Amino acid sequence: MRSNIGFFSDEKFRSIFFQTLVVGLFALGLFFVISTTSYNLEKRNIATGWSFLQNPAGFDISFSPFLEFKSTDTHLKVYFVGVLNTLLVSVTGCIAATILGFILGIVRLSSNWLLSRLVYIYVEFSRNVPLLLQIILWYSILIQLPRVKQSLQVLDVFYISNRGLYSPRPIFESGFSYVSIAIVLALISSFLINRWAKKRQDKTGQQFPVFSSSIGLIFIVPLILFFILGSPLSFEHPELKGFNFKGGLVIRPEFIAMFLALSIYTAAFISEIVRAGIMSVSKGQREASAAIGLKQTWIMRLIIIPQALRVIVPPLTSQYLNLTKNSSLGIAVGYADLVHGFGGISLNQTGQAIECMAIVMATYLSISLTISFFMNIYNRSIQFKEK
Amino acid sequence: MKKLLSIFAVVAFAFSAHAGTLDDVKNRGFLKCGVTTGLAGFAAPDDNGEWAGLDADMCRAVAVAVFGDRSKVEFITTTGKSRFPTLASGEVDMLARNTTWTISRDVNLGFEFVGVNFYDGQGFMVPSALGVSSATELDGATVCIQTGTTTELNLADFFRLNGISYEALPIETNDEGKENLFAGRCDVYTTDASGLSSTRAAAPNPNKWLVLPEIISKEPLGPLVRHGDHQWGDVVRWSLNAMIIAEELGVTSENVDAQKSSNVPEVLRLLGVEGNYGEMLELSNDWAYQIIKQIGNYSESYEANVGPDTPLEIARGLNALWTQGGILYAPPFR
Repeated sequence: MRSNIGFFSDEKFRSIFFQTLVVGLFALGLFFVISTTSYNLEKRNIATGWSFLQNPAGFDISFSPFLEFKSTDTHLKVYFVGVLNTLLVSVTGCIAATILGFILGIVRLSSNWLLSRLVYIYVEFSRNVPLLLQIILWYSILIQLPRVKQSLQVLDVFYISNRGLYSPRPIFESGFSYVSIAIVLALISSFLINRWAKKRQDKTGQQFPVFSSSIGLIFIVPLILFFILGSPLSFEHPELKGFNFKGGLVIRPEFIAMFLALSIYTAAFISEIVRAGIMSVSKGQREASAAIGLKQTWIMRLIIIPQALRVIVPPLTSQYLNLTKNSSLGIAVGYADLVHGFGGISLNQTGQAIECMAIVMATYLSISLTISFFMNIYNRSIQFKEK
Repeated sequence: MKKLLSIFAVVAFAFSAHAGTLDDVKNRGFLKCGVTTGLAGFAAPDDNGEWAGLDADMCRAVAVAVFGDRSKVEFITTTGKSRFPTLASGEVDMLARNTTWTISRDVNLGFEFVGVNFYDGQGFMVPSALGVSSATELDGATVCIQTGTTTELNLADFFRLNGISYEALPIETNDEGKENLFAGRCDVYTTDASGLSSTRAAAPNPNKWLVLPEIISKEPLGPLVRHGDHQWGDVVRWSLNAMIIAEELGVTSENVDAQKSSNVPEVLRLLGVEGNYGEMLELSNDWAYQIIKQIGNYSESYEANVGPDTPLEIARGLNALWTQGGILYAPPFR
């Protein structure tokens, strides 16, 4: 009797007991779900397996800027087209949201009453209206643009209609590769110059005009080379032929609507994160840097932002994850992302719902974990290093 | 552990096993019928908010067969994509949703098509101002297409076969298609010819739209149920057949009471005066009588919803009885 009481009141035993119980119940639950699903699939004669991935899709995807897609291609290729389109809108959206968010966050703190109020209104509006509505709003605006035959012409080379924005497509002729190589070399060398200049400044206090020298290297040198090689670049202009413009580059309204809605929505959150980050830096830091005579822009760049980043980056990561996951709303306006193409059309044409959904979920999980991984590395690099 | 596993197996079985859809429907007291999100003439709410159309009538006919009451039906809207999971999961008892009967849906998806209530084919609709008279002139056009449909596959095949290019604009519902087409985001809208007529009828100015002559596919549309429940499949199949047979025999909602004293044996069997066909289906013996009385025969439903006198203006064509130059044919009622 006594030993029995002692047994259960033993903390170690109790914790092991309950942990085993929880794991066991979880495993049983999982077993229950899987067995019920496979039982029901079998009972309803629903075919399972992965072989459908090799079958021809039979439908066309028009929005595929990176891969050529034909209706004879497989469902596997539908998947890759979807992943690329998802990444396209997520990456461009994250970049735009970050730039816009940083600017707005700083402007919000401005002493100009009007500017700071305007940003305040923007933030409260876009944070509090559902993203889906914003996507549909942008799309509805875009398809009210003039029809393709009455396209607006901008600067003689751009055409805007409700079929999208058409611009000339650059055609790289032989010799242009030298220019590309020059640009890459210039980028690497300005990076090295930057490092060298920093080291030198730490040692001797002497400054080097890094910014202007980088601009010179990256823009001027390749430009001179470009003209020496006889301008090896021409443009293919879009032309109205029959029903549509032929040739040129086109950005579709579905993409524009997604891009605008995602970046504007997320930028509102990022601007609040940036504002919180800047405000977390104690006032004394700003006053001290002003006291040693630093310029206003330098105070921001050298003192405030590096310290604010430590507060900004972790929640910023979660905004990137949100934006990526929110891109799955593309289905609302027919943007051919992963959920629409593979998780929608392929799923429906083959009926392999569980397989398709499992693949789509695994893909989003991988993308999210990859973003987290790199953001964590970045986060560690900017943390305060104790010596 | 073994005992525990077997308990789980039993629980799993109890959750998934159905007593049979017919019993489920009877116990519930009403039928759950999957229809479109709104396609005038087939299934769309009318001015009074009541679901009306050829497919809606199909749902009501089954409700009448089971309950003797045309109001005992709940209409559940499904998109081209959600319809199959909705049926497979038991969310609805049947679909009457402009669904094309194909081998892969019949066999691979685990459904059972019980008949055809509308023979259709895929067509194209363009603005008359576009100056196009044939689908082969559509090279380079932007085409609005509902995703997850057979029309999506036919479209790709048609353009590939004719060696012309197009740009697909995938849309989810007929309403989205209308919006994009009317705004000029796409040049052409393609779906079943009946759906085009329905869309055209709903346009602000129907005369400005032209349905092209090409019909590029066979689209037999019909009601479907889950595969494996043959008793329920029979109920739905014969509800449809009863309406077709009634037209063949000249029995209408107007004369059905008088026809009870007809001297044609098949009419008497149909109306439950002779034989016990209702009992075989586990329905009341006057089930077919009630369908004709409350819904009408196939012709009445057709003329009221999609026929030449409606805004859709679809001639009977293939959907005429086999005796009148069409291919509508039901097995004998005996």
